[in-house]
Formats: sequence, C-alpha cells, structure tokens
Amino acid sequence: MFATFVGLILAYKFGAPNFGPGAWLTFGRLRPIHTNDTFYGWASIALVGTAYYIAARSGRTSLYSERLAWTGLVLFNLAAILGTVALDLGYNAGDLEYREWPWPIRLIFAAALIVTAWNLLATVAHRKTDDIYLSNWYTMGGVLWTIVVATVGILPWYQYGLGQVSVSGFFMHNAVGMWFTPMALGIFYYALPKLLSRPIYSYALGVLAFWTNLVFYPIIGTHHFLFSSLPWWLQTTAIVFSVAMLVPVWGGSANFLLTIRARAGEVLHSYPLAFCLVGVIGYLMGSTQGTFEAFRSLQSVWHFTNFTVGHSHLTMYGFVTFGIWGGLYALLPLATGRQASRLGLGAHFWMAVVGSFIYVISLSVGGTVQGLDWKHGLPFIQSVVDMSPYYVWRGVGGVLMFMSHLVFAWNVWDMTLRRPAPSAAIGAAAPAAEGGA
Amino acid sequence: MRKLWAIAGGSALVYIVLALMMGVFPGLELSKTVAGTGVKPLTLLEAEGRSVYAANGCGYCHTQQVRPLREDEVFGRPSAPGDFAYQTPELLGSERTGPDLTDVGTRRGSDVWQYMHLYNPRSVVPESIMPSFSWMFRVVDRAPPGVNPVPIPTGFAPAHGVVIPTHKTQALVAYLLSLKQPPLGGPASAGGKSSTAASTEAAAAAPTARAAPSGGSAGHAAESKPSVQSALPSAAQIAHGEAVFTANCAACHQASGEGLPGAFPPLKGNPAVNDADPTLHIHTVIFGAHGLTIGGVSYASQMPPFGPQLSDQDVADVIDYERSTWGNHAPPVSAADVARIRSQGH
Repeated sequence: MFATFVGLILAYKFGAPNFGPGAWLTFGRLRPIHTNDTFYGWASIALVGTAYYIAARSGRTSLYSERLAWTGLVLFNLAAILGTVALDLGYNAGDLEYREWPWPIRLIFAAALIVTAWNLLATVAHRKTDDIYLSNWYTMGGVLWTIVVATVGILPWYQYGLGQVSVSGFFMHNAVGMWFTPMALGIFYYALPKLLSRPIYSYALGVLAFWTNLVFYPIIGTHHFLFSSLPWWLQTTAIVFSVAMLVPVWGGSANFLLTIRARAGEVLHSYPLAFCLVGVIGYLMGSTQGTFEAFRSLQSVWHFTNFTVGHSHLTMYGFVTFGIWGGLYALLPLATGRQASRLGLGAHFWMAVVGSFIYVISLSVGGTVQGLDWKHGLPFIQSVVDMSPYYVWRGVGGVLMFMSHLVFAWNVWDMTLRRPAPSAAIGAAAPAAEGGA
Repeated sequence: MRKLWAIAGGSALVYIVLALMMGVFPGLELSKTVAGTGVKPLTLLEAEGRSVYAANGCGYCHTQQVRPLREDEVFGRPSAPGDFAYQTPELLGSERTGPDLTDVGTRRGSDVWQYMHLYNPRSVVPESIMPSFSWMFRVVDRAPPGVNPVPIPTGFAPAHGVVIPTHKTQALVAYLLSLKQPPLGGPASAGGKSSTAASTEAAAAAPTARAAPSGGSAGHAAESKPSVQSALPSAAQIAHGEAVFTANCAACHQASGEGLPGAFPPLKGNPAVNDADPTLHIHTVIFGAHGLTIGGVSYASQMPPFGPQLSDQDVADVIDYERSTWGNHAPPVSAADVARIRSQGH
C-alpha cells in the first residue's frame, strides 16, 4: 500500500510538476522507492510466505523452522525500510534499475534470501511424500537463482562503463523473471488444482516449462539495450531467445487455462479463482508482449516510451500481484479457517481489474503516440504535450488500484483477525497487515 | 533426497553457468573497453555533479544513449562503445519522459539557461512537466561577490531577494555542460577538435562592441549583396530553418523570438537580425557571444558557439528563418556567406 501510494503521488506529478517541490518528494527519489518497495517490500515477502505454505502442505509436513522464517521476514522488512529511507535521502547506487539500494542494504536482502532458501529446501527435504510437487520446483528454483542474481548485482569488481551496462541488462531482467515469475507460477500450480479439486492438466508440460524457462530466460536481458553500444551479437542473441520464451510462456499458460477450462463455470462463483485467471491472462499477455517488444522494428517505436511502463505494470501487477492475491485468497482461509466477505473480495477484484486495465491501456496507447511523434521528427516537447491526457487516465487507473489495495488490507485483516495463523502462512499476511496499520 | 538434489541443485548449477555466460563474462570483457578519442574523465566538480544527477534520479526520465536511428539524430551522433569508458555507474537510462542528455552541453551550452531550467523548467519551456528543483537554490537579499544571481523571470521568481545556486547545483550544471560528444575517431576528429578549439577561442575573444548594431564591416556587406539576391530561400529551406531553430535556439530565445527579459535577448526586432549586413548575425551563430548589450539591456549569459554542430546550410536556413519571422524583415543569406565568415574565423 505504501508503494502504491508513492506510485499515486508520482502519477499526480506528471500533471502537476510543481507539486511536492522538496528534496524528499522529488520524482527522481520517489520513483525508485515505488519500484523497489513493490518488488522487494510487497511481492517478495508475499511470495515467500505462500511458498512456505505450499512447501509444507504439498509435502504433508510442517515448516522446517519457524525461527528461520521470522528471521527472514525481519530481514526482508528491514531491507525494505532502510532502502526506502536511503533512497529518499539521496543514497542511490546510481539509478541502476532495481538495484538502487546501497549495497549494505542489498546484502541484508541477500541474507534474507539465503535464510529463506535454507528453510524452504529443508522443509522440502523433510517432506512425507515421495515426489516433490511441481510448485516447489519453481519456488526453490526462484529462491536459489535469485541468490545468484543478487550476487551478480552486488559484486562491483567487473562492472565498469559499458561492462556495467551489460550487467544491468542481465540484472534488471533476471531479478524480475527468475524471481517473481517462478514464485508466482508456483502459486498457480498449487492454488488452481486446490481451488478446482482436480489435478493440473499436464504435469509434464509444467516440467518442460520449468526447464525451458530456466535455460532461455537468463539470455534475454540485453533486449533492454537494443541499438545501444553493446555488441550487436549480444543484442541479437537476446532477441532470438526472447522469441524462444514463447515456449515456456505459452506452454505454462495453456496448462493453466486447460486446467481451468474443465470447470470454467466455477470462475463465476469463486473470486480466488477469478484472481488466478486474471493472473494467468496477465502472464500470457505480458510475456508475449515482452517478446514483441524485443523485435528491433517494434522496439524502435516503443523503447523509452511509456509503453514499457504499461508493460511492467501488466506483468508485475496483472500477472504477479493478481497471482499473489489469488493464492492468498485461496490459501489463507485454509490456514486461518476464516473467509473474507464476498463484498470485500468483489470490491477488491473489480477495482483492481478495472484500474489496471485503464492504467495499462492508457499508457500503451500513449506510449505508441509518443514513439510515433519521435519517428515523425516532431520537436521533442510535442511528445510531452501529447502524453498529458494519457497521464490523467493513468492516474484514474492508479486511484482505483490504490483503493482496491485498501480493501485488500481489510480483507486480510478479516481473514486473520479472529484466529491468527499458527503456521508460517503469517509471513504472507504480515506485510499487508502492516500496510493497513 | 536425490530428487531434491537433482531439481534444486541441478537447476541452480545450470543457472550459475548461464549467469556467468550472460552476466559476468560480458561484464568483465566489456569493462575493458578503452576510451574513445577525445573522451575525457570528469573533473572533480563534474564528478560531484554526476552523483547529484544519480542521487536525484535524473536518469529515470533522461537517457544518455543515442541510438543509430533517424529519430535519435536530434540528440547527437550515435553513441560509441568508447564513450562510456568513464561512466560508472552507467546512466544510459530506460525512459525518455524528457529528452536524451548525451550531448546536452552542446545543445544547451548556457549555464544561465541550465540554472533557470532547474529552478523552474516552465520559466524557459512553458510545456515542460519536469519537476522544479528550486530546493537546490537559495534565496538571499543580495548575491555574495563573485556569484551571479539567476535571472528568474517575474512570475517564477520569489517575491523578495535574488536566487543563487547552491554548491551542489553548480556541480550539477558543470556536469550537464560537460556532456558533449567528442567527434568520432579518425582523421576527421583532429579537424573537428581544432575547429571546436578555434570557435571556443573565438567566443571568448568576441568583442562586446560587436553587439552594437552599427558594427560589422560594410565592405563585406557590399560584397555579399549580389549572392544574396541570387538565392531566395525556398519554403523547404525556411521549414528546415524552423526545425533547426526549435532544436537549437528556441530553448533560450523562445519560439516567440522574444527571448526572456534580462536572461536571453530577443531576436524579434533585434538590430543585428534586421541588419542588411548579415555578418554579425552569422558570426554570432557560428562563434557564439557573451557580455552583450542589446537595446540598452546587458546580458550576463553566454551564447555557446553553434558552428561545430551546424552545417553552413543549417546556419543559412536558421538565419533566414529568423530574418523573416516575428515581423523581422531582412535580406536572406546563403550557405556561401556562412562558409566565408566561418573560414575567416572571428
């Protein structure tokens, strides 16, 4: 909620640039606070919480160590709070996207990841089942890979000038796609069968998507720097594998959609399922859009415009965040024995869906206008003028999204109020409850 | 247990290999890229300004990479690998909510413009949505000796006192003005560099007396007359002149040609622009000017030389545009006139 509120201030600033003139409210400081807090303060903590719950439940065991889980939670939150304060004071590690926090704070985050990996793997190791359920493949992979990503991002000795540009391409893409993507997919693989009381459509397809995602994804980061001074072959390789990403994306999405199709009618009656369905569609559309943006022809229109901001909200919000909500609404009642009210669920769902729809559409259209203005050789300021109505619509979408988050906080409160969760599922609830307090 | 090792261990191993291949090794290799010809490390003050730039997130709205695409030509020549040798942390950026800044020191070479723009961007670019950085300035009753107050236009200026930049702002502007693309390597670069040096010298040496409308050499005017009459600019040339004006001149002199009172002189009704003898007009565009007094108002701001980045035809077209717009009325000039004055030096 804090992160969305910051996002809202930012959206307002596009229309009223004199608003909030002080150093602590300037756009360039709040912008990384918004991205880092949605990434590391909200999504990461919520995903780890659900991953713990899924690992324990699918393995018919209990969490390996509650103390480790609490340690991780404290470290994650500590990093998020310190990172926010540092960025607002102007301690920015150099506008390097998603690794702006000063390195000691990123070390705290890395420590939280290591604690989480240890706890998660130990929980799976103590499982009572023979097989390791597919969800855990994704979540264990996500945590382990992200430790590697974080290490690559922090170590300074090989990142100078153009070398750092190539590392940035690798980092900013992998921090998203090897962390949030597998963690959120892990939720789908568990929550969908749970909600529908039927197994996933194809286990084998899930395994294929796992390995192809692992091999293709790390190669495509350079597509953030097409037409830059990075070696041309590195850019072309990234484009080729961006296309290859359609295999895990379409394979995974088809798997989820076919699982839902058998009982499609239930989507009308179950908000958790509806959240998951939007999340799956967000995954399919956002990732496919990513492939298209990687083509040189299209990137020459869309790169540097607000289209990419729309894309990142379609993926981080339409996919990851909706996936988290679906997972929480599906699983939290199982942990606490208390359902959220239907009114609360409905209000959250519809405001979030309509809000993000307005948000993404307005920025996609506006971004295209921006890119075409440049292509037509109009004076730069014309693209700024042309964006103003789209900025207003983005703000309207953002307000709806923010209001839906208020309802979400109330819903989580509602699901945990009477009987606090006895297991680590509280890890997922805590940050939201904090936001509400 | 074996399954756990295969899945968790196996996938982690695969990922480590890929991370080395796609992250670490390219990083190691490309970090060795040597600086291009003319690419210099920043001075202490400029480096300090660069960290002010990063701390306040300028890089979230401004890129510093020029792509080899037509639409990027307004921002300079395409960036080359050697340009980034001294750029750690890298500030290439991912969004152009505002324009690219790779070569902004050439395009907006006036420190006065930079200060005004930072204090309130709308004081020089009415449509701008950039935040105001007025908190990086101080308002004092009287500027301390040696510090020029920023000539903020009325309507934007504080009710009392004058605006002076803080040290951080001075560092930031020093950094912004240092953002100039050196010409790409090879023999051409030697020529380019020497012409830049010559024009800087010329700008520094440009005598204030040149501002007087009666100045200039009548002899040259007489010589240039015949060529003027033979080449009336076409509509396409005037349109190109307007584009050049928008990209290079409008930031200070404004689209209305009226300048900004006390900061940048007007071109509308400017004696040099309306003079039948174009020498002073051409000279000012090519070599820049400073310390001018026009219409009884003296201007502290320095006009940067535009000779290095504009061709003779560009200069002729923009001058013809200025001479035929906003009620100005003066005979046009040709590229040959420009070439002649360029070759004479100041």
